[in-house]
Amino acid sequence: MAKMNMLQAINEALDMAMAANDKVLCFGEDVGVFGGVFRATSNLQHKYGEDRCFNTPLVEQGIIGFANGLAAQGSVPVAEIQFADYIFPAFDQIVNEAAKFRYRSGNLFNVGNLTIRAPYGGGIAGGLYHSQSPEAYFAHTPGLKIVVPRNPHQAKGLLLASINDPNPTLFFEPKRLYRASTGEVPEGEYQLPIGEAEVLKEGTDVTVLGWGAQMEVIDKAVEMAEKEGFSCEVIDLRTILPWDVETIAESVLKTGRLVITHEAPLTGGFAGEIAATIQERCFLYLESPIARVTGMDTPFPLVLEKEHFPNHLKVFEAIRESVEF
Amino acid sequence: MTNSKPLHLHVPEPPARPGDKPSFSHLVIPEAGETRKPDVTDSESDMRDLPYGLVRVLDDNGAAIGPWDPGLSPDVLRKGLRSMLLTRVFDERLFRVHRQGKTSFYMKSTGEEAIGAAQSLALSQGDMCFPTYRVMSWLMARDYPLIDMVNQIFSNEKDPLKGRQLPILFSARDYGFYSLSGNVGSRFGHAVGWAMASAYKGDDKIALGYIGEGTTAEGDFHEALTFASVYRAPVILCVTNNQWAISSYSGIAGAEATTFAAKALAYGLPGLRVDGNDFLAVWSATKWAAERARNNLGATLIEFFTYRAAGHSTSDDPTKYRPADEAEHWPLGDPLERLKHHLISLGEWDDERHEALTDELSETVRAAVKEGEAVGTLGQSKPSVREMFEGVFAEPDWRVLEQRREVGI
Repeated sequence: MAKMNMLQAINEALDMAMAANDKVLCFGEDVGVFGGVFRATSNLQHKYGEDRCFNTPLVEQGIIGFANGLAAQGSVPVAEIQFADYIFPAFDQIVNEAAKFRYRSGNLFNVGNLTIRAPYGGGIAGGLYHSQSPEAYFAHTPGLKIVVPRNPHQAKGLLLASINDPNPTLFFEPKRLYRASTGEVPEGEYQLPIGEAEVLKEGTDVTVLGWGAQMEVIDKAVEMAEKEGFSCEVIDLRTILPWDVETIAESVLKTGRLVITHEAPLTGGFAGEIAATIQERCFLYLESPIARVTGMDTPFPLVLEKEHFPNHLKVFEAIRESVEF
Repeated sequence: MTNSKPLHLHVPEPPARPGDKPSFSHLVIPEAGETRKPDVTDSESDMRDLPYGLVRVLDDNGAAIGPWDPGLSPDVLRKGLRSMLLTRVFDERLFRVHRQGKTSFYMKSTGEEAIGAAQSLALSQGDMCFPTYRVMSWLMARDYPLIDMVNQIFSNEKDPLKGRQLPILFSARDYGFYSLSGNVGSRFGHAVGWAMASAYKGDDKIALGYIGEGTTAEGDFHEALTFASVYRAPVILCVTNNQWAISSYSGIAGAEATTFAAKALAYGLPGLRVDGNDFLAVWSATKWAAERARNNLGATLIEFFTYRAAGHSTSDDPTKYRPADEAEHWPLGDPLERLKHHLISLGEWDDERHEALTDELSETVRAAVKEGEAVGTLGQSKPSVREMFEGVFAEPDWRVLEQRREVGI
């Protein structure tokens, strides 16, 4: 085991993927000799050459269009979009092309080797365009997988799994934690399962569910809640698509209460999908309304970031209200 | 206030609308043989006149002249003619079949058959084309089974694409025909990515992308040219300029200001402008660009100057926006007639053989349609409902499995 931060873990995963398979190519804006604006691709060009890790022109639709072409031929592209806020120019390539490729061609073609990495989320004073959490836009799209890690150990194992998964996968990295989150990371190659949530702490009164950087917020809120005597079961969803309904439902059947939290705005956020599904599956077991603690239905404001954010106090309040309903 | 004239907005209008006499007098058409042929190793800076010329080989007498004459054997010419004729016969038959309600949709490529046919025959097995919905002649030239086409168009239970795709949006990997989709332009950049993968692997395969002149306005066009130029991708990027994007004439896409081939210049790529109704010119330009690509000299942009003789699709009525007889006045003529004329002038073809071939191909198409009808036409036969759920992912996830169970399969 080695102690490292999330960027180092991501870098190590990319390094191992490139070492294991010479079809793996990393590219995007500034990923080459510079190693990316966050340094996720540090030293990869030096180690594997300019034709395996390189800069692209500044055009997101082009990056993903080009990546789709590579993947269709059998290469294993790991494309970086510099900020998840800037993935929207590539929306057409992701939704109309990558996601539908295998289906529409009757399996004659696929771009399953494609992985798209993008830093997401707020908390770095990023204002409107360096703070967004766009996972719900993509969650409405059959054919995609969407993965969000919460710490370095998860990041390495889930990224390697995403690169190896035979479906186009979006890998959203919580940039607030890039350097802030450190921890023990196993050496060597390992993969964590896509499509499986992880129960981080068992409890009996309420299930508290989130993903990515929000897990840190949940930890703080749950610490407060436990002091008040509320027994919380904490789950990291890890995969937005396809999400692990069984683990969540099983937990809610036990606790009878569910608090879901994400940074993205409330309306149309992925918590809505989870709430509706769990409500169907666990209706007779629910002791209180399913709570959603999310960002506001506003753009992500610069200087009012703290007020916008679903912080641990808001999550704690939701836990209390849910248990005391 | 200054004393300058008030500003006014220029909105391009075609030279003729319904009821007007068709007019192409605004076009400058160089003579066959007039546009020079540089060596493929020449630098781009020495080729900047080419996008304003027009590569033409066949003259008005059906003779092949000038530096771009590829000197094709009569067998290849006859194969090309057959591919084009098959495309046209198929188009006419399936268009009627649509009118009979046996399919939901169809798009003809009348007048543009030379482009896909010549390129398909000029390139190698293993080269991949990234088609638009109007280069079906590529598949005809590579002997794609007609029955697979018919079944796809009927969306029946033997449809290779399982009834998922709109008619004629084929995918045919083994025939060098990339997966088509409805969003125009979105695969133009894929061609560059595919070509770069070939270069990275060090193989000898190249890619060929198609985009219509209307779609050059999409960002995909700019991106593909940028990537192709930056990484010297072994790709041929083709604009099929057929003058019309549904009801919008090419001026709306920028043709009043420049040629589409000339757009190559700002990307540092060679641009060729080619008579798209001249099978020999299409062949020759394609071979030239392919040689550049295969020799690591990079990408070429080719504009094929042609005319969309039919309506945009079965959902379109071109008489609402252009003169009904405009196609007859198109100065570059009919690609089929021109190649036929050439073969006859060589003494390698005659009207009797042409008529016999037309009859033979009509019968071939009729038999394929009949075979497809026996499987089932629109609504008479469908792939299993299970097929709706297959191929979303490599393996179905729980949502797909659950929804499949809910519909009882």
